[in-house]
Amino acid sequence: MEIGLGHYLSVAAVLFAVGMAGIFLNRKNVIVILMSIELMLLSVNINLVAFSQFLGDMTGQVFAFMVLTVAAAEAAVGLAILVAYFRNRGDISVDDANFMKN
Amino acid sequence: MEPIVVLLPLFGAMLSMPVSWLAKPKASEILTSSFLVIAALYSWVLFFDVALGGHARTITLFQWIGSGAFQADWALRLDTLSATMLVVINTVSAIVHIYSMGYMKDYGEQPRFFAYLSLFTFAMLMLVTADNFVQLFFGWEGVGLASYLLIGFWYKKKSANDAAIKAFVVNRVGDFGFALGIFCIFLVFGSVRFDDVFAAIIQNREVIPFGLSAGGPILDLTLSIFGGEYHALTLIGVLLFIGAMGKSAQFLLHTWLPDAMEGPTPVSALIHAATMVTAGVFLVCRCSAVYENAPDAAALVTLVGSITAFFAATVGLLQDDIKKVIAYSTCSQLGYMFFAAGVGAYGAAMFHLFTHAFFKALLFLGSGAVIIGMHHEQDTKKMGGVRTLLPLTHIFMFIGTIAITGIGVPGVKLFGAPLGTAGFVSKDMVIESAFIAGEAGRAFGFFAFAMGLLAAVMTAFYSWRLMFLTFYGPSRAPDHVRKHPHEVPTTMLAPLVPLAVGALVAGMVFYPFFVGPKSEQFWNGAIYAAHDSEHGDDHGMADKHASNDHGAEAHHEDETHHGDETYGDTNHTDQSHGDSGHSETGHSKTGHNDTGHGDAHGADDHHGGHHVPSWVLWAPFFAMLIGTGGAVAHYRGSDPLKPGLLREGGMIYAFLKNKWYFDQIYDVILVKPALFIGRFLWKQGDGKVIDGLGPDGIAASVAASARRLVKIQTGYMYHYAFAMLIGIAVLLTYVLMRIGGGQ
Repeated sequence: MEIGLGHYLSVAAVLFAVGMAGIFLNRKNVIVILMSIELMLLSVNINLVAFSQFLGDMTGQVFAFMVLTVAAAEAAVGLAILVAYFRNRGDISVDDANFMKN
Repeated sequence: MEPIVVLLPLFGAMLSMPVSWLAKPKASEILTSSFLVIAALYSWVLFFDVALGGHARTITLFQWIGSGAFQADWALRLDTLSATMLVVINTVSAIVHIYSMGYMKDYGEQPRFFAYLSLFTFAMLMLVTADNFVQLFFGWEGVGLASYLLIGFWYKKKSANDAAIKAFVVNRVGDFGFALGIFCIFLVFGSVRFDDVFAAIIQNREVIPFGLSAGGPILDLTLSIFGGEYHALTLIGVLLFIGAMGKSAQFLLHTWLPDAMEGPTPVSALIHAATMVTAGVFLVCRCSAVYENAPDAAALVTLVGSITAFFAATVGLLQDDIKKVIAYSTCSQLGYMFFAAGVGAYGAAMFHLFTHAFFKALLFLGSGAVIIGMHHEQDTKKMGGVRTLLPLTHIFMFIGTIAITGIGVPGVKLFGAPLGTAGFVSKDMVIESAFIAGEAGRAFGFFAFAMGLLAAVMTAFYSWRLMFLTFYGPSRAPDHVRKHPHEVPTTMLAPLVPLAVGALVAGMVFYPFFVGPKSEQFWNGAIYAAHDSEHGDDHGMADKHASNDHGAEAHHEDETHHGDETYGDTNHTDQSHGDSGHSETGHSKTGHNDTGHGDAHGADDHHGGHHVPSWVLWAPFFAMLIGTGGAVAHYRGSDPLKPGLLREGGMIYAFLKNKWYFDQIYDVILVKPALFIGRFLWKQGDGKVIDGLGPDGIAASVAASARRLVKIQTGYMYHYAFAMLIGIAVLLTYVLMRIGGGQ
């Protein structure tokens, strides 16, 4: 069986959907949200690389590095916020984090 | 200089309140009263100049409305008709102002009262001096407003407010007809100026109604309305008369007048006896040219007038409230004026209006003095023997009563005028002219004559009943009232003197001018000389025309000072008829009246020659004697309250006591349904439909959707993220679809 563009895209789509579901279904841990976001970014990366390979254009792979960098920065900032949040609240459960209502 | 006669009351009305703030309330009383006295004196000067001197003129102050063909000015039309009204209004108003200084002493709020009185006078003066129908309408509504304010003067009293609203609403019914009449006039004539309209009628001009391509001579022009063809002048006459019915409290629209007695007594004297209610009579006389050429409309005026005269007199028989008796008497006397106008005796109508103003104001102001004297008691059943308590008032009321019942000697002439009180001279004149008109074949002439006589019997009865119950016999008042009657101040009695003099002699003095030998010269064309009015009803249309033209020519012959007016030759007359017309006029001048046509009756009447059977001459006198005799026989005894012919509990008694059940009938057929419809529209229509769907509905749905939207803001991050995602997904889909579709 030839592994084509469609397969890559399918994997990416599945990964993206898993990441998305992780954000919405997760009720416990903010860290899981961060992980889910990483997962979605990765799925995008797979898309980029797959298309880059398919179209024979290297710009897509350069972009993938760009995304990785941004993802790393985002994770760093996110974890920093999380630490500060934990210091204030003493817990990082998503269900209790509804200050934006008030 | 002439405008001051109209404007002084306006200044008085405007200045009354400010003056009372700056100085004392007394100052505004004196200011408004002295303005009115000046206006009254000057209006007498004008009366002698205009009416007796023959200097009729119109003074245009400035333009009011100018819109294409629709032109209306503010003007003072001074002719005999308006000069007479000026005298009546300003004199009575001045007297009432002075009287009110005494009467209103205990009640307070005098500045407001005097402002209203002056405002009313101003509006009435605008009405009578109008030279077009629109200014007339302005005055007409002005007196309606002032009357509302004055009836409801004691605004804390519910009955006064109710009466004020009733007067206003009933008047609106009439005004509706009046306004339609004015529209109709403008539609037909293309002008609302009296001169244009009446000249067109007199000359039988060709007119083309607004918006129509073809017209015709005005006398047989018809208008098609709601699918029917109506004679234009009859339509105009009827519509204007509906207005007059409302203002003058004629049968069917009379119910407001007795209730209007809720106002202070001077108001009753001014508005509901002497001036405002006469506006309708004035209107009919002013439009005499219309009514003389619309026999059906004139017949309606006669019919309604005579029914009113009879009806109001029957109700007056059993009223116990001193003011209500006089109110119904007013209503009845107005009926006399209307049927006089309806049968074509406009001079007699105005004459009765003129004399009636004196004795009716006298009666009202006298009864006001009685009310004050008896500690604000109005029920005659609780009076009796007031003569000893208020001897001066008794004399005035006595004079008023003999004036209204009409004491005099029929058939005797003193310096060319009948010998008798004001009411005697003018009422006999009215009744006789009804008889003459009946003989001449005018519709409802004899009916009016009969009703007038019956009403005269009852007038005498209820007037003397009032006198006996109030002034004679043993006193039925409570002890403290009997021993200490309120003192009636001089300011309330002095003004009655001129009225009493007028009530006694006005009839004799002014008889030659209003209806006697000098009337042609006196009226000077202010009322349409109705030479052609007595044509039989069986004449055909063309024949009617012939007699009209003949009338116009006779008019031409008769009044040389009218020679400058040109009469349109409409070729409708055959020459032979025209000739016979000339010869007839010649006959009537010499007093012979033997022509078969009976055309010369009207002219004869105006020349003062009474060719009526002597029993007609004596009939009103005997009617008065019968009524007076009945009252004396019944009420002179020791117990005036004993039941008479009409016993309590009897059907006729109940019928009259309840005023022919008019209020009840109107309540059932008009007021209740109106209230029902009003309530239905209010609760269902306005409350449920308009508010329910409109403001309230929208507000409620906004609130509800807001409540639903609030739930979206959960505060949970993942909800927001989800919403974002959905948004992006929708947006992307849309963009991609667009691009895909575009290619």
